[in-house]
Amino acid sequence: MSELRYEAPESVSAAVALLAGAKGMARVLAGGTDVIVQMETELIEPELIVDIKKIPEVRGISAENGGFRVGAAATGMQICDHKEFARTWPGVIEGVKLIGSIQVKGRASMGGNLCNASPGADSVPPMFTAGAIARVVGPKGVREVPVEQIPTAPGKTSLAKDEIVTSFFFPARPKRSGDAYQRFTPRTEMDIAVTGVAINLSLDDKGVCTAARVAIGAVAPTALLVKDAGAALVGTKVDDAAIEKMVAAARAACKPIDDKRGTKEFRIEVTGVLAKRVAKAALERALANK
Amino acid sequence: MAHDILDNSGFSADRKLKIVGTNPIKHDGWDKVTGAAKFSSDIVLPGMLVGKVLRSPHAHAVIKSIDTSAAEKLSGVKAVVTRADFPEIKEGTPYGDMTRMVIAREKVYHEGHPVAAVAATSESIAKRALKLIKVEYEVLPHVIDPVEAMKPDAPVLHAYMRTKGAKPGDAKVWADKASNVVERYELGVGDVAKGFAEAEFVVEHVYDTKPMHQGYIEPQSCVATASEEGEVELWCCTQAPFVYRDRLSEILKMDSSKIKVQQSELGGGFGGKTAFYAEPIAIQLARKARRPVKITFTRSEVFRGTGPVSGTQSRIKIGCRKDGTITAAEAELVFQTGPYSGSAFTNAPQAMFTRYDLPNVKTVSYEVVSNRPKVASFRAPCVPQVVFGVEDVMSELATKIGMDQIEFRLKNAMADGATTIYAEKFGKIGFIETLEAAKNCEHYKSPVPKGCGRGISTGFWFNRGGETSSSLQVAPDGSVTITLGTADVAGSRISISMMVAEELGIPVDKVRAVLADTHQLGFNRVTAGSRTTFSQGVVLVDCSRKVIKEMAGRAARIWKVPEEGVMFEDGMFRPASTNVGEFKPLSIADIAKQTTNTEGAIAARSDMNVTGAGPGFGCHIVDVKVDEETGFTEIVRYTVVEDAGKAIHPLQVEGQFQGGAVQGIGWALNEEYIFGTDGKMQNPGFLDYRMPVASDVPNIDTIIVEVPNPKHPYGLRGVGEVPVVPTMAAIANAIGNCIGIRPRSLPMSPPRLLKLLKEKKGKA
Ligand SMILES: Cc1cc2nc3c(=O)[nH]c(=O)nc-3n(C[C@H](O)[C@H](O)[C@H](O)COP(=O)(O)OP(=O)(O)OC[C@H]3O[C@@H](n4cnc5c(N)ncnc54)[C@H](O)[C@@H]3O)c2cc1C
Repeated sequence: MSELRYEAPESVSAAVALLAGAKGMARVLAGGTDVIVQMETELIEPELIVDIKKIPEVRGISAENGGFRVGAAATGMQICDHKEFARTWPGVIEGVKLIGSIQVKGRASMGGNLCNASPGADSVPPMFTAGAIARVVGPKGVREVPVEQIPTAPGKTSLAKDEIVTSFFFPARPKRSGDAYQRFTPRTEMDIAVTGVAINLSLDDKGVCTAARVAIGAVAPTALLVKDAGAALVGTKVDDAAIEKMVAAARAACKPIDDKRGTKEFRIEVTGVLAKRVAKAALERALANK
Repeated sequence: MAHDILDNSGFSADRKLKIVGTNPIKHDGWDKVTGAAKFSSDIVLPGMLVGKVLRSPHAHAVIKSIDTSAAEKLSGVKAVVTRADFPEIKEGTPYGDMTRMVIAREKVYHEGHPVAAVAATSESIAKRALKLIKVEYEVLPHVIDPVEAMKPDAPVLHAYMRTKGAKPGDAKVWADKASNVVERYELGVGDVAKGFAEAEFVVEHVYDTKPMHQGYIEPQSCVATASEEGEVELWCCTQAPFVYRDRLSEILKMDSSKIKVQQSELGGGFGGKTAFYAEPIAIQLARKARRPVKITFTRSEVFRGTGPVSGTQSRIKIGCRKDGTITAAEAELVFQTGPYSGSAFTNAPQAMFTRYDLPNVKTVSYEVVSNRPKVASFRAPCVPQVVFGVEDVMSELATKIGMDQIEFRLKNAMADGATTIYAEKFGKIGFIETLEAAKNCEHYKSPVPKGCGRGISTGFWFNRGGETSSSLQVAPDGSVTITLGTADVAGSRISISMMVAEELGIPVDKVRAVLADTHQLGFNRVTAGSRTTFSQGVVLVDCSRKVIKEMAGRAARIWKVPEEGVMFEDGMFRPASTNVGEFKPLSIADIAKQTTNTEGAIAARSDMNVTGAGPGFGCHIVDVKVDEETGFTEIVRYTVVEDAGKAIHPLQVEGQFQGGAVQGIGWALNEEYIFGTDGKMQNPGFLDYRMPVASDVPNIDTIIVEVPNPKHPYGLRGVGEVPVVPTMAAIANAIGNCIGIRPRSLPMSPPRLLKLLKEKKGKA
């Protein structure tokens, strides 16, 4: 166990330089609700902590091109309290709201939720279905990366060791579209998803689905965007038959493990149950969004 | 009402009470809610070191060698201890086993078993030092599940162990070679064969419950110091300071008089803090380092290193006649205890049917060792687990004969004077009154909400008395301190203070309770089994009456009248009649301030082995709703009905009722130890060991029944154990009624219920 170095730079470039110069394990610290817990339980023993909370551009939420730009380290409470964003992305909010308690959300960020790369992270499936784009900054410059390309395995991301996510772009939401997220946990709160499903869909004037994205969490090494499941809804009125097809595709995409949090069989079964419920919730929102 | 100051006889039904039965704010409450209360981990002493424990990574292994040399050389390390630093006591004896649970000697018996410990100037140095200790193990096959452990080919934990009570004809036990069965215990009455022959309906099932952790908020923490003379002081969170002292004396081979145990505020115990863990280690480290040492467990250490309650496998059979009369009951019970005996499993056969008057009962119980943390006590130790099955069989029988659930239980209920299976003859008991209160309550009479199922269940606990030693001091200003040798695990200080205030006729604010260290009083038994408020009530009422008598004597001498001429009423000493003369009444303070011209300090002490605990009975009613697509159970409504004898502080009593039910809800629905095939616990934290959170439970409604215990000055019975006893059975019955299939295995978690539902659909 070596001594721990803590740095709190005030610019993205300084943060990136610190990470690039780290000799041993370095960790970005946003809310710290994963990092600190992992250090406490000795899962990780970093040599360098780079706290990004002093960098203004990773903390704000603002309108951009009809959509929103959300700082990667904006806190869960900040996001939930942002009325416009919350009205536009109720499914994303459902994911963020499930992250721990109010106290935890007072610190926890979407950037941390995504980059911690837990398959059960709650804001991640709705970010996938929203089509959010992560802005990634490293020594070589800026990359714009669809969020579903960030997590690669439990605890692993596609980010280089000296890259950070600075913000997420949520595109403009068309009329007659809506999203929803639900997870299953044995307890009502303060638990970790056994499975989670997010759906974002758009309808035309006749109520026919023109676009749909379905994502599942906690049932594979990473959250997954299930293209077939989305495709099953497109061109339909999201009726029971279409939902059944979507459910089958979502279940087929599950690659869960048997573990302390649930059996394979249970996870696959309940993923389908949630997919059905979430489709109905998203549809209702799309119909109400005139 | 004036009461005779010479009369210590106790309970009076028509006594008018001013304080008992009200709800004053707990004196220790403000500090608890503001965070100012001092728990063990808040104690900091000059020069204090951090102690850390090295634990076994294996479930079962021989320790071939321990090399601490590298750790000892690390700068900042002040002491390292291993088995070599503890006196050898023969294994297979109570203290031999106890010392081996504190620190492993020949073998490690479960993952998390302590092997060595260090004391260092910082936590990070201590952790680094642990990594430098080299332990060579020879890994042995292990066994976790008690039923597996009973099999003839199971890995044996103790080669020397022979089953106590082994009986020819019972193939599960043998006396000629080693076994993991500690004891076979048979208890019964009457003739079950005859009883079952008379039955018109018989129901029999097999049940499985899981070990459950007490789940106290405060992890164990202690601080130890040692003087140059060899005296030891220990601050710790405990339910049993005197018991700790005397056990420490045994396993460390020192006089009890050289060990001072001071209990701190307790962040929950529920039975789990009746046995020590790191305390002896902290003492040996402190003696070796000659500096204070603090050891505070992490939650993971709490799970891997401290006791849960026993899990059980049980087979239960009950038969009755068409009219509801039970003719016979039979049970076979297996209790898991961890590496050594200590589950208190004989409580189970004694208590499981007690509340029903049964002519013919047979029970056979087994206590079994296996490679998991040693069990510790928990509310009504070993009883809720088996009531889980008893009350299911009862419910099925009631349904079969078409009788109302409560009527069926009333039909068989024990009344005053009933004799139990363990040959105790009850005096005045309140089971019938409790059932009547349940039957007549709004919840039971209301229709079952749509989509829900309703379940009921009942439970019993003996309640306890035992050795209690306390003192009472009247200060010159008339205020009173009471010094208690029992631990306050649940707010007993306020209830005890209230009884003293009632006796002395002073406001409860004038009474302060102090938690004594073990040097200050005589031996006090552990705070457990719902004994403390009951026993302390007896002892401190005795102290109160002694000081009243003393002060009456002083009033008589001040007035120069005979002692019989003084009466005590409403906190004042007055002439007993006009014949005595005209004197201005004297308050307690008036007399107390005259210590100089009277006989000195006014104080009393009482040391008793308190008897007369009144048995407690409860009935739970619960409505649940199950999501049939996910197996998720919502507790929609819950009512606890229980006989408290007398609720000294009704809110505290309600708190006990609610807390017991909430712990039972967790046990029923989700709590479970998950072991890998390597014998390691996979969920040693609250994220995956799923205790309920606040939003998982509705407000628990309570109905306090008061059938006074005539053997207590205020009629009190204990209320700490019964509230958990019926819970799992009540919930299982409700789930069964909701989904049409009765779970018989805990926890009734979503994956299990969904599987049951699928099986049911498959059959349909
Ligand atoms: C009590 C409790 C309950 C919880 N409940 C839930 C829950 O229900 N659902 C859920 O999904 N999570 C839950 N969590 C986990 C955690 O709160 C979330 O994952 C949270 O979103 C993490 O955000 P953070 O800002 O605290 O991340 P941090 O802990 O600061 O960081 C997490 C990881 O991401 C990396 N990282 C952070 N920001 C960036 C960035 N901008 N660029 C690159 N890497 C970055 C860090 O280096 C680290 O590896 C819970 C945690 C606790 C303590």
